[in-house]
Amino acid sequence: MIPAQFDYVEATSVADAIRLLAEHGDEAKLLAGGHSLIPLMKLRLVTPATLIDVTHIKELSYIKEDGNNIVIGALTRHRDVELSELVKKHLPLVAHVAGEVGDPQVRNRGTIGGSLVHGDPAADLPAAALATGATMVVVGQNGERRIAAQDFFIDFLETAVQPGEILTAIEFPKHTNAGWAYEKFVRRAMDYAIVGVALQLGSQPGVALVNMSNKPHLAESASQAIAKGAAISDVLAVINNNTNPPEDLNATVEYRQHLARVLTQRAFATASK
Amino acid sequence: MSLVGARVLRKEDPNLITGNGQYVDDLQPAGCTSMVFVRSTEAHAKIRSIDTAEALALPGVLAVWTSANIAQLANCPGGLPGLDQPLLAKDVVRFVGEGVAVVVATDRYIAADAAELIVVDYEPLPAVASLSAAMAPGAVVLHEVLGGNTVHFQDFENPLDEVFAAAPRTASLHIVNNRCAPTPIEPNVCLADWGRSGLTLWAAFQAPHHLRNTIAQYFGIPQDSTRVVAPDVGGGFGAKINFVPEFFLTALLSKEIGKPVKYTQTRSECLVAMLHGRAQEHDASVAFDNDGRILALKLTVTQDQGAYPNGTGMGLPVLTTAMAAGCYRIPAVAISWRNVVTNTTPVAAYRGAGRPEASYTIERLIDLIADETGVDPVEVRRRNFIPVDAFPYATHSPLAMYDSGNFAGALDELLKHVNYEELKKEQEKRRQDPAAKLLGIGFASWLEIAGFGPPGSLEAFGHLASWESAQVRIQPDGSAIIFTGASPHGQGTVTTYAQIAADELGIDFDRISVKHGDTAVVPQGIGTMGSRAVAVGGEGVKTASGRVYENAKRIAAHLLEASAEDIVIEDEKFFVKGTPARSVPWSEVAWKSFQPLELPGGMEPGALDSTVFQQVPNFSFPSGAYCCVVEIDRETGAVNIVNMYLVDDCGTVINPLLVEGQVHGGVAQGIAQALYEHMLYDPSGVPRTSTLMDYLVPAASDLPGYITGRINTPNPSNTLGAKGVGESGSVGAPPAVVNAVVDALSHLGVKHIDMPVTPIKVWNILEGAK
Repeated sequence: MIPAQFDYVEATSVADAIRLLAEHGDEAKLLAGGHSLIPLMKLRLVTPATLIDVTHIKELSYIKEDGNNIVIGALTRHRDVELSELVKKHLPLVAHVAGEVGDPQVRNRGTIGGSLVHGDPAADLPAAALATGATMVVVGQNGERRIAAQDFFIDFLETAVQPGEILTAIEFPKHTNAGWAYEKFVRRAMDYAIVGVALQLGSQPGVALVNMSNKPHLAESASQAIAKGAAISDVLAVINNNTNPPEDLNATVEYRQHLARVLTQRAFATASK
Repeated sequence: MSLVGARVLRKEDPNLITGNGQYVDDLQPAGCTSMVFVRSTEAHAKIRSIDTAEALALPGVLAVWTSANIAQLANCPGGLPGLDQPLLAKDVVRFVGEGVAVVVATDRYIAADAAELIVVDYEPLPAVASLSAAMAPGAVVLHEVLGGNTVHFQDFENPLDEVFAAAPRTASLHIVNNRCAPTPIEPNVCLADWGRSGLTLWAAFQAPHHLRNTIAQYFGIPQDSTRVVAPDVGGGFGAKINFVPEFFLTALLSKEIGKPVKYTQTRSECLVAMLHGRAQEHDASVAFDNDGRILALKLTVTQDQGAYPNGTGMGLPVLTTAMAAGCYRIPAVAISWRNVVTNTTPVAAYRGAGRPEASYTIERLIDLIADETGVDPVEVRRRNFIPVDAFPYATHSPLAMYDSGNFAGALDELLKHVNYEELKKEQEKRRQDPAAKLLGIGFASWLEIAGFGPPGSLEAFGHLASWESAQVRIQPDGSAIIFTGASPHGQGTVTTYAQIAADELGIDFDRISVKHGDTAVVPQGIGTMGSRAVAVGGEGVKTASGRVYENAKRIAAHLLEASAEDIVIEDEKFFVKGTPARSVPWSEVAWKSFQPLELPGGMEPGALDSTVFQQVPNFSFPSGAYCCVVEIDRETGAVNIVNMYLVDDCGTVINPLLVEGQVHGGVAQGIAQALYEHMLYDPSGVPRTSTLMDYLVPAASDLPGYITGRINTPNPSNTLGAKGVGESGSVGAPPAVVNAVVDALSHLGVKHIDMPVTPIKVWNILEGAK
């Protein structure tokens, strides 16, 4: 509840943030909304020597249309994504999932980029990014890299972002007028999902699972089956392929896999309406 | 117009909702320092050594103490002699969260950094983290002086074997009453300043005089220069009537370093160091006939006391067994209890303290009888209720002499709100439709013992006495200040007492203040716990106000040259009944009450001050009838409360808004126990629910709306007729919720599910039934 001592610096631009990352090295952490990082620091599970505050970089907070994509700046707050007319029209799944994160206080502080780079398998937004086929834009001293969502999440709380790099934007292909659903099973409204299923139908369908693996999980076999127009029973038969669900007080492996099937079926029913 | 019974807005709220409340942590006297604990990470271990050198060397650190620094000090008050908790663990730690060392530094960050530098070398011992482990043959013993882990065993006087053998039917349940962490929004916080003029301790506490008396005795210092202040307090739920090591450590450290020392518990510490509640297991049997009439009840309560048995904790099974029969006429009742120590956080009072456990078990048994006989659960209740003409009703327990009640009346009122027959049809229809959610309807006719109270009742828990003090002091302008020994921490006592006094004194509600929580200001006091603030303290306010009013009438009569018996009051004006044109205002009566020349013969200045130590002859017995309707998702096992109908009989209602608030809050905690909260330990004694991510306190969005109703059977033990309502919801809600869940699943042969009813438990049952 009382974090260890750390230094605090403010970055004024992306270039400035990259310079500060290089200067402070591995011991530095970027601070955006802070809603994942600060609790870990308060429990002293994470003790960065320096926090580089990027929240004042105005250029990273935006939502814009770019041809067939909607591009969202990494520092855009969940609440802004949730309420954006542009996102609601072209990426209704993403807008809805942003509105499912935590509670209103969290959504007014937390950022989409912060949630994605944290790489928590139990978080909502990584599943939306996977299901919609998003691309992450990462910038470092050597320039810009674009990483597909399915290559972005590496392991538990580990992403493809390398030391010295910063996630600047997320490009989402438009899914205008396509069916979608997000099913989240929780005991309390503001909890992390025990299991969640993000489903995007349409020309580029995808289904991703929350809290079913050591990392945010794209259900590849199921996504391919959906693309081929397979029957729901065939999708359900492969939805748990390659998952590695955790066991905790709320669920066993068996129960989680059962929930994944139930929620996928419900997601289909909702998305097909 | 009478203010008692009016929906008056709380006097407390403007400050609290604008962030202007003043809690202990808000206080920052000059030179204030900060204390931080090093707490045991082991459930049971010998302490080989504690290395404090690095911590002491950190700039800003003023003191580092281990048990070696306080070897001369007695153990923490409130425990049992020989089994009590040291202020800091001596050679052995007995639960995760026990204090091992403290650091004081110039600020809290430095203190926390220093605490992290302290190295404790533990030699782990086998731990017992459950009742069954603690009672197993060959189990490791926590306190050698006991020779085992049972602190006290009270056997049956008569186990009723013949009654059970001869009964047409019998049924039994083993029931676990899940351990809960009280989790008030404000954790334990205290601030000690021990200077030349004495010791002042600000503490988030429910009974400041009790703490003042204890801390003075502990240090051997006089009470006149020992002051305890409980300013705004953010909830307690019984957990803040326990003496905890931080009170004594901050005091002594303040004396040692010559500066104020503050301790603010972290949320994580609060879950393991603040005393827990419930943690009972019951073995319950009933004998009954084919019509569902109960012939006998037999109950054994096994109470988990945690690592250090506490006086209040030892009282829990006494209260549970006293109330074992609930609102039913049961010809033969046999009770037995056992107190057991385990390597877990000590257990003491938590909203309801022993009574929720009693009502839960008897109400589960009533539904079991209904299930066994096929008689409707509502009808089983009716057939066994103590009838209204049977009061006063002597129970099996000398503690519980029921003085009043109308249990059938509450159930009748409840059924006006619940469309029971329609719900039963709907339940049957849904059972036939595999796609439909299952419906369950659960009832609880609950009764509790409250209004602690009668002489001897609180003395048994170490308090000075069981009265409550009230002092009414009229100011020269005719406004009134009331000083109470009750110590509110969310109850709205400032408002309800002003309502009571306004009616008695004829003074405007807005010109009445209520002061509490400061031993230097309030003459004497006991505190707020056991739903006693209105039933005992409020009665005291009424008595004292009435005495002041009688003297005020005498002064008014003198000024009006009339007889006191003829004086009445309206709009703060005294006049002779029937002649309002000639009147004397309260302000003038008040002013002149301080002027000897204006007083009637024989009266002295100060006649409009009255102090009362209010006694009551008996406990109070709040009761009610609740109904919970749940839906169960057959695929996921999730339980959703569709409706919660609540009929309370708390006697006279002082303020309906506050009664509803208490019922809503109590029911929320009851639902929390039934569906969400469970303080769990792994077999080695490590808490598995040590953060609010795992220990699931529900929020408003997780709770249903409530439909509340009321009947009024006045409390015969005070003139207000009020019984208290603070604990009612937490007594009545758990059985209503669990009865509803079991009802929804009864067609599958389900007889009982232990709390909390989690989705995975229900899913496993549904899977097992396939």
